Amino acid sequence: MADTLDRPELPDGIVVVVKEECATCHAVGSVLMQLDEAITLTVYTQDDPNFPSGIAAVHDADLAISWHYDIETVPTVIRVVDGVEIERTIGWRRDEWERVTGIAGLGPDLPAMRPGCGSMSVDPDLVDALNVRFGASILASRRIDVAAAEDEMEMMFARGWTDGLPVVPPTEERVMRMLTGTTRAPSDIVATVPPDLVDVTVEKVAIAAVMAGCKPEYLPWVLTAVEAACTNEFNMHGLLATTMPVGPVIICSGPGTRAIGMNSGGNALGQGNRANSTIGRALQLVVRNVGGGRPGEVDRATHGSPGKIGFCFAENDAESPYGTLAGEHGMEPGVDALTVFAGEGTRCVVDQLSRDPESLARSLAASLQALHHPKLILGFDAILVMGPEHARVFAEGGWDRERIVAGISAHLNRPGSELVRGADGMAEGLPAGFGDAPSLPKFRPGGLMLAYAGGGAGLFSEIIGGWANGEIGSAPVTRAVTY
Amino acid sequence: MASTAAPIRTILDPTGERSVAERQRLARPASLSGLTVGLLDISKPRGDVFLNRIEERLVAAGADVKRYRKPTFTKPAPVDLRHQISVECQVVIEALAD
Repeated sequence: MADTLDRPELPDGIVVVVKEECATCHAVGSVLMQLDEAITLTVYTQDDPNFPSGIAAVHDADLAISWHYDIETVPTVIRVVDGVEIERTIGWRRDEWERVTGIAGLGPDLPAMRPGCGSMSVDPDLVDALNVRFGASILASRRIDVAAAEDEMEMMFARGWTDGLPVVPPTEERVMRMLTGTTRAPSDIVATVPPDLVDVTVEKVAIAAVMAGCKPEYLPWVLTAVEAACTNEFNMHGLLATTMPVGPVIICSGPGTRAIGMNSGGNALGQGNRANSTIGRALQLVVRNVGGGRPGEVDRATHGSPGKIGFCFAENDAESPYGTLAGEHGMEPGVDALTVFAGEGTRCVVDQLSRDPESLARSLAASLQALHHPKLILGFDAILVMGPEHARVFAEGGWDRERIVAGISAHLNRPGSELVRGADGMAEGLPAGFGDAPSLPKFRPGGLMLAYAGGGAGLFSEIIGGWANGEIGSAPVTRAVTY
Repeated sequence: MASTAAPIRTILDPTGERSVAERQRLARPASLSGLTVGLLDISKPRGDVFLNRIEERLVAAGADVKRYRKPTFTKPAPVDLRHQISVECQVVIEALAD
């Protein structure tokens, strides 16, 4: 049992780490005997304290040496001078061993090289516990002991830490494992989270990611989403405080979406994919638990929307005929990126008959005109999510992104007389002063955006309506994912 | 129940772990006469209608009134505006209207 969890010192000379359950370590037994006679040698054995025979090895019983010195392979040979590692080699390679030890003629009966075996300190069954044992001191969060008779799931509900669904308990093991998903230090400040304006660390984001159900490889996406949402342009405080039913919609693109298994195909905007379901939820748990944004408090939504639990999906950028939303906002193709958009739930546009772009553009425009209210214009953005079947109609007609947006927008102009208060028997509408305007657009420039996702069958598109746009409300924010 | 055998599970606090600073409210003034009252319009529609009427009544009660306006109701008041109000007024009324 180690007296301390601090990094132990290495003795000067040559250090070799081995384990009995490794054929290569057995094979180099005679080499170790050679070295033991020639130089100052310290052998650490990970498993059997009596291995290797004929050598007085030190048992690295708690794997402290192996963990602290990043031993991934046995045997590992390290040359140490004044307590400092000078160089190392792994497995058996005669030339490397001779170079590191400075002794010639090692293992004349052995082949020139033989690969080593995995170190016990990186054994998947052991590594999480070791990371906690030796590494958890880097975690700054308060530890909360759960009483033996207490149900930790219920305890987390009772403390108000959940969004209404169960969360995964953020144990030290799970948080340490989550942190392997980023190169950033746990103490790094990621953003200042509204509404309480609390600086959030990578560690706190990792805790939220654990609770949401993320895997470590999702963490860079969660960190980037937190950064993007906690900007003045995005205005997360306003999203919470508004009575409208909007939350941060996260739209991801780039090869990294496929690497982490995100869904951009059938049911991309629905349930069933772990990355889609948990990345957006992790952001919302940061806002809730770190920022203090909770319904009934700063969150004043009249109805809310299911997306406020978490709304995240990937674009099928590998097959998109018109690029990505991130590209629309200036991101280079092939870059892992995400856009946060202040959006409500989705609204389906059905058009199963249009086979030419002009007809489909008119259909989409008719539905988009109704966004929030047919007579309210310019104040709200929208993202139109097309799947393969609608997008194909435009692609076969030769329409690119700009042409699609322009073609739809051409049918989204209405005279002010139809939009003013009282017109069509509806009190809602524009102030009377707009009545003389011959033509007014539904969307501001850039306010109608395109994304590409969805399954192969279905002549439908989805509209994600926005919230008060631009300076007075929220602007979409696109960020490259930082790993 | 072998409760002594159950391992203690430890979880990490997911909150911002902020210690809440409690600040005492100022005592209510007995009278508004001679005080400067700030009226902060948060830029919601028709907030000015409400504040205009409030201003009439405050002036009648002997108060000086200063008017302020947030750039947008969707964002917190800029820190400079908050500071300006705090040094120019003894009392502030913030209007929320639709």
